Amino acid sequence: MGTTTTAAGWRHTGTSAGLRQSLRTLAASVMMATTATAAMAAPSTEEVNTTGLAVTDDTVTVGILHSLTGTMAISETGSVQAEKLAIEQINAQGGVLGRQIKIIQEDGASDWPTFAEKSHKLLERDKVATVFGCWTSASRKAVLPVFEKDNGLLYYPTFYEGLEESHNVFYTGQEATQQILAGLNWAHEELGAKTFYLVGSDYIWPRTSMKIARKHIENVLHGKVVGEEYYPLGSTQFGSLINKIKLKKPDLVFGAVVGGSNVAWFKQLNAAGLTFKKQPMLTISVTEDEVLGIGGENVEGLYSSMKYFQSLDLPGNKEFVAAFKAKYGEDAVIGDVTESAYLGPWLWKRAVEAAGSFDVDKVVAASPGIEWNTSPHGELKVDENHHLWMRTRIGKWKADGQADVVWESDVIEPNPFPEGYQ
Amino acid sequence: MGGYTGEELTAIFLMQGFSGLSLFCVFLLMALGLAIIFGQMGVINMAHGEFLTLGAYITYLTSYLASDVWPFLLDYYFPVAIILAFLGTFILGYLVERFLIRFLYNRPLDTLLATWGLGLILQQIFRSVFGPREKSVVMPDWLMGSYQATDMVDIPLNGLMVVGITILLTIGVFILLYKSRWGIKVRATTQNRTMANAAGINTDRVDRLTFALGCGIAGVAGAAFTTIASTGPTTGSLYIVDTFLVVVFGGAASLLGTVASAFGIAQAQSILSFFLSGSMAKVITLMTVVIILMFRPQGLFASKVRR
Repeated sequence: MGTTTTAAGWRHTGTSAGLRQSLRTLAASVMMATTATAAMAAPSTEEVNTTGLAVTDDTVTVGILHSLTGTMAISETGSVQAEKLAIEQINAQGGVLGRQIKIIQEDGASDWPTFAEKSHKLLERDKVATVFGCWTSASRKAVLPVFEKDNGLLYYPTFYEGLEESHNVFYTGQEATQQILAGLNWAHEELGAKTFYLVGSDYIWPRTSMKIARKHIENVLHGKVVGEEYYPLGSTQFGSLINKIKLKKPDLVFGAVVGGSNVAWFKQLNAAGLTFKKQPMLTISVTEDEVLGIGGENVEGLYSSMKYFQSLDLPGNKEFVAAFKAKYGEDAVIGDVTESAYLGPWLWKRAVEAAGSFDVDKVVAASPGIEWNTSPHGELKVDENHHLWMRTRIGKWKADGQADVVWESDVIEPNPFPEGYQ
Repeated sequence: MGGYTGEELTAIFLMQGFSGLSLFCVFLLMALGLAIIFGQMGVINMAHGEFLTLGAYITYLTSYLASDVWPFLLDYYFPVAIILAFLGTFILGYLVERFLIRFLYNRPLDTLLATWGLGLILQQIFRSVFGPREKSVVMPDWLMGSYQATDMVDIPLNGLMVVGITILLTIGVFILLYKSRWGIKVRATTQNRTMANAAGINTDRVDRLTFALGCGIAGVAGAAFTTIASTGPTTGSLYIVDTFLVVVFGGAASLLGTVASAFGIAQAQSILSFFLSGSMAKVITLMTVVIILMFRPQGLFASKVRR
C-alpha cells in the first residue's frame, strides 16, 4: 500500500471538531505527504505524550491482546495476523508521528479473567499507547472496566450485538443492526421471503441478534417468524431441528450458529438433502474463515450478510489481499473480522496524526469524522458513537470457498442502541 | 401439528426416528472405548476425547493425502483411514499405558489428573501441528447427500455409514470380550486380579492391550465423526462429558448397560429437541439422568463385579 494512495484515500470531515481540528488535519496531511518523499523531523516526545505512555523519540509501544491458546484461538488467529500486517505496513511507511510501532503481544488464553489481567498489565506496567484485541463479547466485557479505569484505548474487531458505547473503545466491526436489517430487507425484496426460521447458538450475540431480527420481521417487514431455536455451544447434532425446518418450510432460514457447531450444522443440512436451492438460508456467522472448516461444497449457495468478502472487487481490497497472502502464504483466507482487525491500527494511526498526540483523550476526540474511502471494504467513517459507517453486502458462497457479492447496501449509520428493537 | 398431511407426518416421523438412531450411534461410538477402559479397568481416562480427536486428525491427514497427492484414491480412502485411525490411537494408547497409567492403578484421583494433563498436552500438540482452525475432511462422493426413499423422506448417507460402523464395532467388541480367549483373560483380570495372576495370566499385558484397544476404538469413533462434524484441537472436550454420562448412566462395568444408556439418552434428546428447543432438550435430559443416578447410583445395569 503506497503512501500516496493512502493519503488520497483518507479524509477527515472534522464535523465534530472546530478550526483547530481542521488545522491539525491539514498539518497531518502535509506530514503524510512529506513522509513519502523524505524523512521528517518527528515532534518531540514531551509534546505528543503528556500522560506517561510508552513513547520514546523513535518508538511507540502498542499491545495486541487475543487468545493464542484455547477454544477461541481458532477465531482470533486471523485478527492477530491482520493487526501485525497493518502495523508492519505502517512502520514501513515511517510509523506514527515519526515513531516506529513496537508490539507487546499477550495471550488471553480464551479465558475472560485472563483477558482482564493481561489488559491490566498492558495498560499499567507496559503503558501501551493503545491495544488491539478481544474477540468475544465476553472478553470485551471483562476488559472494559480496566480500560475505563486506566483510561486506555481499545480497538475491537468483531461484529457484535451492540448495546455498548465506551469512551475507551472503538468498534471496527458491525454492530447488530448494520448486519441484520439490511440483510433481512434484501431477503424480503429479492427472495420474497415472508416466513422466517431463526436458528442460533445459545449465547448473548445470537440471542440479541435474533431479537432484533424478530422485531424487524414482525414490525417492519410484516412477515412471520415460524420458529426460533438455540442450540448449546459445541452442539453437533441437528437432526431434529432439520426435520422441523423441513416440516415448516420457511421462505428463509436466518442463522447465527458459531464455532464447531457451525460445521456440523451445515454438513448435516447438506446430508439431509436440504440444499440451499431448496431451502434458502441467510447467515450472519459464516465468513471465509468458517468456510475453510465447513468445506466449500457444504455451503454452496448459502448467503452471508457481511461488510467484507475476500473476493470484493475494490482496489483497496486487492492490495490488502495481496499483502496478506505475501506475508501468510497463498492459502491464507481473510474473513470479515480479520479485515476489521486490519482497520484498527490504521484508524489509530490516522487519529493520532489528526490529534498530533498519543494522549488517549486527544486521540479519542480526533477520531469521529475520520473517513477512509479506499479501505479494503470501501468507504467507512468513524461515528461519534465510536462505531463505523459501512456498507452491508450479501455474498453467495461458491464451492471454492469464496463468495460472489450479489448485493450491497448504501453506507449505513451505526446504531448500537436501536430504538424499538429491544 | 395442525395443517399437515398424513404423508408429511409419516415422513417426519421416519426421519425423526433416523435422527434419533444416528444420535444413538454417535453416543455409543463415543462411549464404547471408554466403557472398556473405565468399565473394565476402572481407569478414569480424561484424555479419551483427545484420542477421538487424534482418530479424526488421522482421517483428515489420509483424506488430505488422497485428495491432494493421489486424487485417484479419493473414493476409497475412507476404509483405509479408519484402519489407520485405529492403529494410530491403539499405539498411542499402548504407550500411554506403558509409561503413565500403569504406575497409577491404585490411585484413581491421580489417574484423573494425569490423564487430564495428558489431554491438555495432546490438545496443544494438535494446535501446534494442525493449527487452531477447524479442519474438514473431503468426503468421497458416495458419502455425500442423501438416499431419497420417497419424495419427503431423506436419509443422510453419512448417517447411514455411522450406523454401519457402530453396528460392526459393537458386535466386534462383544465377540472380543465374551467369545475370545483374550476376552476371558480381560474379564478374569477385572474380576479378581490375584487369582488371574495365579492362573498364569499375564495381567500387566492384558491391561496394556485393554487400554490400547479402548483407545483404538475411540480412534475409529473419531474417524466416523469426521463425516458429520468438524475436527479442531478442542473437539474432544465437546465429547468427553457426554461420553462419561453415557458410561456412568449405563452402569460402569456393563457393556449392555452402555448400549441401553446411549439409546435412552439419545432418544430422549432427539425427541425433546423436536418438541422443545435444543438447549432445553439438553437441560431436561441431563436433569433426568442426574435424578435417576441419585436414586440408582450404580447406573442402569448394576455391575456384578467383585472388587
